[in-house]
Amino acid sequence: MNSLGFPILSLMLAIPMAAAVACLYVNAQNARMLALVATLVDLALGVVLWINFDASPLGPQWQFTEYQPIFGRFAWALGIDGIALMLIMLTLFLMPICILASWEAIEKRVPEYMAAFLFMEVLMIGVFTAQDLFLFYIFFEAGLIPMYLIIGIWGGKDRIYASYKFFLYTLLGSVLMLIAMLWMAREADTTFIPALMNYDFPVEAQTLLWLAFFASFAVKMPMWPVHTWLPDAHVQAPTAGSVILAGVLLKMGGYGFIRFSLPMFPEASAELIWVIFGLSMIAVVYTSLVALVQQDMKKLIAYSSVAHMAIVTIGLFAFNRQGLEGAMIVMLSHGLVSGALFLCVGVIYDRLHTREIGRYGGLSINMPKYALFFMLFTMASVGLPGTSGFVGEFLSLAGTYQVSSWVTLVCTTGIILGAAYMLYLYRRVAFGELDKDDVRAMPDLSHREMWLMAPIAAVVLWMGVYPESFMAPMRRDIGTLLARIERAKPVGDAQFAMGKPQVKAEAHGEAH
Amino acid sequence: MTSIHAIVFLPLLAAIVAGLGNRALGNTVAKSITTAGLFISCLLSWPIFLAHVGGEVPAQVIPVLDFIKSGDLDVAWSLRVDTLTAVMLVVITTVSALVHLYSWGYMEDDPDQPRFFAYLSLFTFAMLMLVTADNLVQMFFGWEGVGLASYLLIGFWFRKPSANAAAIKAFVVNRVGDLGFMMGIFGTFLVFGTVSIPAILEAAPGMAGSTIGFLGYRLDTMTVLCLLLFVGAMGKSAQLGLHTWLPDAMEGPTPVSALIHAATMVTAGVFMVCRLSPMFEQSETALGFVTFIGAATCLFAATVGTCQNDIKRVIAYSTCSQLGYMFFAAGVGAYGAAMFHLFTHAFFKALLFLGAGSVIHAMHHEQDMRYYGALRKEIPFTFAVMLIGTLAITGVGIPGLLGFAGFYSKDAILESAFASGTNGQLAFFVGSFAALLTSFYSWRLMFLTFWGKPRWVESEHIQHAVHHVVEHRDEPAEEHHADAHDPLPHTGTGGYHPHESPLSMLIPIGLLALGAIFAGFLFHNQFVEAEHGAHFWNGSLAFDEHLMHAMHEVPTWVKWTPFAVMAIGLFIAWRAYIVNTDIPGKFVAQFRILYDFLLNKWYFDELYNLIFVKPAFWFGRLFWKGGDEGTIDRFGPDGISALVVRGNGLTAKLQSGFLASYAFVMLIGLAAAATWAVWAIAQ
Repeated sequence: MNSLGFPILSLMLAIPMAAAVACLYVNAQNARMLALVATLVDLALGVVLWINFDASPLGPQWQFTEYQPIFGRFAWALGIDGIALMLIMLTLFLMPICILASWEAIEKRVPEYMAAFLFMEVLMIGVFTAQDLFLFYIFFEAGLIPMYLIIGIWGGKDRIYASYKFFLYTLLGSVLMLIAMLWMAREADTTFIPALMNYDFPVEAQTLLWLAFFASFAVKMPMWPVHTWLPDAHVQAPTAGSVILAGVLLKMGGYGFIRFSLPMFPEASAELIWVIFGLSMIAVVYTSLVALVQQDMKKLIAYSSVAHMAIVTIGLFAFNRQGLEGAMIVMLSHGLVSGALFLCVGVIYDRLHTREIGRYGGLSINMPKYALFFMLFTMASVGLPGTSGFVGEFLSLAGTYQVSSWVTLVCTTGIILGAAYMLYLYRRVAFGELDKDDVRAMPDLSHREMWLMAPIAAVVLWMGVYPESFMAPMRRDIGTLLARIERAKPVGDAQFAMGKPQVKAEAHGEAH
Repeated sequence: MTSIHAIVFLPLLAAIVAGLGNRALGNTVAKSITTAGLFISCLLSWPIFLAHVGGEVPAQVIPVLDFIKSGDLDVAWSLRVDTLTAVMLVVITTVSALVHLYSWGYMEDDPDQPRFFAYLSLFTFAMLMLVTADNLVQMFFGWEGVGLASYLLIGFWFRKPSANAAAIKAFVVNRVGDLGFMMGIFGTFLVFGTVSIPAILEAAPGMAGSTIGFLGYRLDTMTVLCLLLFVGAMGKSAQLGLHTWLPDAMEGPTPVSALIHAATMVTAGVFMVCRLSPMFEQSETALGFVTFIGAATCLFAATVGTCQNDIKRVIAYSTCSQLGYMFFAAGVGAYGAAMFHLFTHAFFKALLFLGAGSVIHAMHHEQDMRYYGALRKEIPFTFAVMLIGTLAITGVGIPGLLGFAGFYSKDAILESAFASGTNGQLAFFVGSFAALLTSFYSWRLMFLTFWGKPRWVESEHIQHAVHHVVEHRDEPAEEHHADAHDPLPHTGTGGYHPHESPLSMLIPIGLLALGAIFAGFLFHNQFVEAEHGAHFWNGSLAFDEHLMHAMHEVPTWVKWTPFAVMAIGLFIAWRAYIVNTDIPGKFVAQFRILYDFLLNKWYFDELYNLIFVKPAFWFGRLFWKGGDEGTIDRFGPDGISALVVRGNGLTAKLQSGFLASYAFVMLIGLAAAATWAVWAIAQ
């Protein structure tokens, strides 16, 4: 089974599941406590998982595997590699913070709310652990249900529209993906994901399969132009819902690309690279500019998420180590940073009940602790070196440069635009005169709120200064993936060539 | 733990303690911790520098921690100490320590002192990380770190809208440069397979003549890489095109201007070009571009400097102009001269800024020189040190004999430029003309401030001070030493009595004045002389002994040109601002268009606003309203729902808000899909 002697992955799924059911039978306060304890226990198990994970170059790719046939070829097959491990850790880390963030903000139907969150944790971990194609599909699509309920029941004024939009977009993608999965299972005669990852699908079939998966992952990511559900969903979702949405759900698209599209359809990935690059380039510039003119804090951060996710997609499809590792670090970093930024919005939303940027101002004066955290996360979001945001962005772009200087140039403008919209946001919220009476009356962070921010801040700095802790577990598995896709690797535009030594340097310069 | 660890990390530690401790620590403790940290750093830095002055010391690299390891991209946190670093170490820690001390007095009445001192120390740490970097990524860390500190300090008085705007502008414009820097790092990694600076510099000569595809063109590799990296330098060092943030940065407190926007951060671009000089040496195109930009900035900023009325803005443009000198020195291959000017400039420019701060302090936060005058006798110490600073920046000295700090370094730059060839000779003439302007605006500043009759009465700040009126709440340090009780201004003084600044401010400027006098005389042998230079630099930059020899063989008129233009500038300023004060007014009336052009800084801000800022917001709104809402949503989800509504009444029912039904439908659908899937496979 595994070195631990017990099925740890199943246990990690069972604990929140059991707690979710139990929540429905207790009162509000007990439900909160139960949810917090369950998520903390799961986090502790996650730490055990990380410690026991064998990241050595010669270690097995799939670890902590479980296999229990159910019927037909459908099996309860679980197992993780380093990539999944890091995303599971991100999920486990954010969950207690989400529960704590909902402690006071959620007042109605608390048991159901907590149950929905715990159920979502089950499904998210399920996505990253599933080794059976259809098990994955169920986790992947069922993840919508609790999110959908969280937005629809505990959301804001226009929650119905938002959840409808969310539903409609995702539905389209998932239907196509399911059809593709069925075809694949027949063609390869297996539903075991590790086996599929090494199965060479006929090149002519790959394009359609790739597009079917792309339809689903691009919506989840989200990539331009199927991103418009995200701002609405974020705006309507309660704070913790936004944190999980930005923190984990958006990572499922990237995970899908790295788990399915790249290893299963390498040729199609290379062939359709222009789709990814083109849409990502548009996304960076387009959504950054849109973020610049937003009046609603959550919308602004939602649009910035789309721009950041574009850096993930270009990195993933750069077909090299820097790109892939960078994309993974951007995913982890964005999960933390945008989650934290939504918490920052939540903190002041709880006090003033508005997300309108213009209603705030001068918060540095009466909320210095808040201003400090907000500044840190703002800087992490704009990719300041020393924070997690830089490491990922830098690697991802460095990887992309090896494929195309144009794509890199366009996407690197994101660092300018990102600085512009984030600092403009910060300036309007935290700087300026404290001239509004209700804003002046806002108290600084409570102890509970400190406990939301401080752990994320610590990890953001840790990942920014010593990212090795997070990159080491993924190194081997990214190497495996690279070896798999090597044959389809696109040719870069740099084409570095040594000149003849006798030719003087300037003879070649500006030769266009 | 070596002394370099302490030098670099003490400021960080002090910044963290003072920043997080803030009010809990109290002003005095926070200030003491940061200032003590910096003085220790400074005392540890000088022995390192003097050891390099004394003889050849091998370069040292002390690893600290792994940073990013991704395949071939292997970056570690480490501290590199060689001559180039040693020079920067003393410049940074000395000016920073003195600025910390100075701020005790200058920021005396500010309610937010621990934060200020924490930012100053944080800046120093980032700057030290920049200059001790052994790889491009750590250099970029320091590069952005100083950018952050600069942003925080420019916007230190965050209640002022203008300060906030200036802070954001500084950060964003610097990011434009950083785009180039990042692209440069990516390209360097692609070509060299490493980002380690020594490895790159070693491999650079072998890359001469190679080509690379870039944005669809085939270009000379080293030209592309150097130009990309240089774009970063242009942003940080406020060179023409990316200079617009520097004058606005004067919104920050004056000690900040002295430390960051004069002596240290803005020179990071020069440092970078010198650090990577063996790389730049491989591309004549890139060097030509560096020379051109340097000379153009030097001239541009000097012309604008002649028309500014704000004392800090004059000095800011002066800084911009002096940075131009450093760049064209680097461009013509005289890296030693560039670093020498960086070194001396740090002393006299910090001196000028802190002196200006002392004037501003005395004049109750009035910064407009039109309301100064006759301060010579009121604040004699400040006057004396400002005079020294002016003599240093205008390069007063006798060729072949001795002079102030700026004399040695500026002459070295102009002469080596002349000696280097065609590009350089052009730069020499531009630089000489700029030197004339430098002399003019520096003396104009002196004459307007310290000579003539008091014109204080017209200043609102002074009026407030005298009448105890508190209106400008956005001003720092709302202290009104209005010991003048004469409400009727009989003279131009308005009844105001300027005060000389406290000792904590005078001691740092006094020490800097010593630097402005002696730094050139003491160290020119090491920095630029052919015999000593090669030993001193010891391979830490591309030192061209031939050029340094040739520098001495330029014609006599070349050697005397800097002196002559300095004298002409002084004479014009003296004529216009002492002898006949009507001249400036007449000149303005005569050349209105030229004057407006200069006063408005060549309309760069207006132009950028028109072609970048406004379109960005316009496109943002277009994409949002016209793209997302008007197109994607309209034909996407909204369109589909409208269709469905028209088709049957089902959606209307759904829209009415039965959420559970949604979820139910979805669950059913999922279950059905999954069942079908499993069944299909099982077949």
